[in-house]
Amino acid sequence: MTESNRLSSAFSKPHPALVCFVTAGDGDTAANLDALVEGGADVIELGMPFTDPMADGPAIQAANLRALARRTTTADIFALAEQFRLRHPDVPLILMGYANPMIRRGPEWFAEECAKAGVDGVICVDIPPEEDEALGPALRTKGIAPIRLATPTTDAKRLPAVLEGSDGFVYYVSVAGITGKQQAATASIEEAVGKLKASTDLPIAVGFGVRTPEQASAIAKVADGVVVGSALVELVGKYGADAPAALRELTSALADAVHSAR
Amino acid sequence: MLCQSGAMNAPNSFRNQPDDRGHFGDYGGRYVAETLMPLILDLEREYRAAQADPAFKAQFDDLLEHYVGRPSPLYFAERLTEAVGGAQIWFKRDELNHTGAHKINNCIGQILLAIRMGKTRIIAETGAGQHGVATATVCARFGLPCVIYMGAEDVRRQSPNVFRMKLLGAEVIPVTSGGATLKDAMNEGLRDWVANVHDTFYIIGTAAGPHPYPEMVRDFQSVIGKEAREQMLSRIDRLPDLLVACIGGGSNALGLFHPFLDDADVKMLGVEAGGHGLDGDEHAASLLGGAPGVLHGNKTYLLQDEDGQITEGHSISAGLDYPGIGPEHAWLKDTGRVEYTSVTDKEALEGFQLLCRTEGIIPALEPSHAIHAVAERAKTMRDDQIILANLCGRGDKDIFTVAEALGVEI
Repeated sequence: MTESNRLSSAFSKPHPALVCFVTAGDGDTAANLDALVEGGADVIELGMPFTDPMADGPAIQAANLRALARRTTTADIFALAEQFRLRHPDVPLILMGYANPMIRRGPEWFAEECAKAGVDGVICVDIPPEEDEALGPALRTKGIAPIRLATPTTDAKRLPAVLEGSDGFVYYVSVAGITGKQQAATASIEEAVGKLKASTDLPIAVGFGVRTPEQASAIAKVADGVVVGSALVELVGKYGADAPAALRELTSALADAVHSAR
Repeated sequence: MLCQSGAMNAPNSFRNQPDDRGHFGDYGGRYVAETLMPLILDLEREYRAAQADPAFKAQFDDLLEHYVGRPSPLYFAERLTEAVGGAQIWFKRDELNHTGAHKINNCIGQILLAIRMGKTRIIAETGAGQHGVATATVCARFGLPCVIYMGAEDVRRQSPNVFRMKLLGAEVIPVTSGGATLKDAMNEGLRDWVANVHDTFYIIGTAAGPHPYPEMVRDFQSVIGKEAREQMLSRIDRLPDLLVACIGGGSNALGLFHPFLDDADVKMLGVEAGGHGLDGDEHAASLLGGAPGVLHGNKTYLLQDEDGQITEGHSISAGLDYPGIGPEHAWLKDTGRVEYTSVTDKEALEGFQLLCRTEGIIPALEPSHAIHAVAERAKTMRDDQIILANLCGRGDKDIFTVAEALGVEI
């Protein structure tokens, strides 16, 4: 299994990592991505728009629809990734999305395109370990990290299956629910992260419902990384092509909070 | 499980799917978010326990008999047969069930399972409203709170059913995301479920979704085919030559077909909604006009573009207006065991009127697709041959749509 150097470097810094999400094709995506990097994001998550984003709340649903209304294609997403890689050779880039657009032309095709574009990892919401063969082997062959999700419902019996074959980092979904809604209590997150760390050497990043620097700081005290999505995506929805300045500002505040948490 | 007769030259039984991971060949499976996965595994364990529990079956059978009104009649449509000319046409009368469609069979099974699992809140999605009404009905019967997600567009098209659900005590939530139809209602149902996994049971209305739903819904609906098989044998001491059923997600068709799958001499025809025709984009024929992919927890044929974005289905029948299909149908298509065809909106309206006038039965628009296909096939068959079609729903809910399509003001 190939470990992504960029991802492991991002989680080897002396401080916790800030992981920032925006949707591909929403607003001026290239400028949005640059703003996240300039603001201090350590890892970039680029959302692949899908017509049926079952795990997402209203903010990211709306971003998906905006991107699709502008006829964003899979080819456009890989072009964004490739150009990002040229501008930012050292910043890890992850694609996050749903199974169908990823496997439409076959998992090998998708993994090959990821490799060509310099994508470091892939989070697929609706491929659990039980269906790993639909995408996992193709990604591993190309050295792309399949990043799995663990949730509050993932019990001790299932956890080894989730961790087995996961790479890059483990994304802990802090609440049983959809993106952008309520946040879990820090105490429960600390307990969950502790259990995960007892079972894996992979870094643990925590997301779902993290919106403010205060929340991000509290999570960064107990986790290796903090994922922020909906709050950033809402800025793209609000400011459209003018979003980069607002994204830079929020990312900067989040980065300060996360990087100085401990 | 071995076949009962006639399939000696088939390599395997067609009745032993899915495998233990919920796969029907390449299709089916459990493509869900991790949050739901433990629940899906729980559900499967509970379903296996229920299957092995005679008390569960006894309660299911008792409710089907005394509450739903089963067995539904097997009826020889004499005047339709004469009008068409050719094979004898028989109907399984599942439109006579309580709530007016086959949907209730599955809802009874699932709510018994929900109660067995200690769940205290029921959610469901609905398109035409038939599954919503059936779910609201069983929730009222067992005193459980019920939330129905329904596309805002369907709420508008199917207002009588919306009122029925409300009368039965359900909360109907109009879904405005996406195209505001059935698939969007299902997305919203899954979002609710993922946020309320601790107390909520999702009653999926068709033989689709993550394993074990496709298998479970098929099993509950198989009462249709089991009864029909026995009724055929006791009435005329032979099996039909051809089974016909309409397909949206495909639960009524699987319910009829599954008990006959290993009867090699029984041919089967599934009828998809052809909308304005398969040469354009406005249809809901996932098998004939779609391609394999992953949506709503299972791998199956989907209406989608080259990038895997899901496209909206169209049909005059809101109950067939879904861009996917149950995974077992995908497998039955690829194996060639079942033949699939499509019938347009216009042809379905002809089938609707034909049955009204020849048999005094107002069918739902969904089985009207099957009726048109039955009439076409019957003409090509001998008069000693038998077609058995599932009349899966009655048409009261559709009279406004039909009037509009025929240019009649009521």
